Amino acid sequence: MDWQGQKLAEQLMQILLLIAAVMAFVVGYATASFRTMMLIYAGGVVLTTLITIPNWPCFNRHPLKWLDPSEAEKYPKPEVVAVSSKKKSSKK
Amino acid sequence: MHSFGYRANALLTFAVTILAFICAIASFSDKFSNQTPSAQIQILNINWFQKQPHGNDEVSLTLNVTADLQSLFTWNTKQVFAFVAAEYETSKNALNQVSLWDAIIPEKEHAKFWIQISNKYRFIDQGHNLRGKDFNLTLHWHVMPKTGKMFADKIVMSGYQLPNAYR
Repeated sequence: MDWQGQKLAEQLMQILLLIAAVMAFVVGYATASFRTMMLIYAGGVVLTTLITIPNWPCFNRHPLKWLDPSEAEKYPKPEVVAVSSKKKSSKK
Repeated sequence: MHSFGYRANALLTFAVTILAFICAIASFSDKFSNQTPSAQIQILNINWFQKQPHGNDEVSLTLNVTADLQSLFTWNTKQVFAFVAAEYETSKNALNQVSLWDAIIPEKEHAKFWIQISNKYRFIDQGHNLRGKDFNLTLHWHVMPKTGKMFADKIVMSGYQLPNAYR
């Protein structure tokens, strides 16, 4: 996922779980059935898992712009020279 | 949110926290229930009343217990444990409580009952103080919820007396 997608997924997760909890409590209290409340909440958790955890395409609508490989080759990484580092430490 | 594991962990933690809240609210909703239990106990017969070889008195009674505990059941009740205790005072102990009978009531439908039974547990005194003793019969109940704190209450019925001589 990209950054926007991650934010969206997190918000969706929190909102969906809260809604599932409220609905579960209201229906359970109205029907005086503890079991109904637990079942509705469990169903809500499973649904939220399916929506927010996998990498759905809707979470990837603002893909990151990685640097073009041809640009990276213009600035090569500096090479590490073992001898010079020893001299530096003795000076200090 | 960088990987499946991260999101799964966040979701699971949040879900369990919310579950704890739901259970707390469900337990709290019990306070709004109106509870009016009632009970009556009759002693039909004193079967026998003897002094044991060790010197302790023992009584065997036949009881008739009528009770309506249906209003104690809410949506958050798992079961109700009810027991009948005989309570009396002696010179040695300020309060003696002897449990005579108990039952586990798992459902509301079974909570309104009428039972005629001889005492399930033996009524034995610590000593030989029971002749002519006045005692109370108390119906205690413990309401065990599905989530939350268990609470207990009782109805005290007084005016019972044991005979003055052994039979």
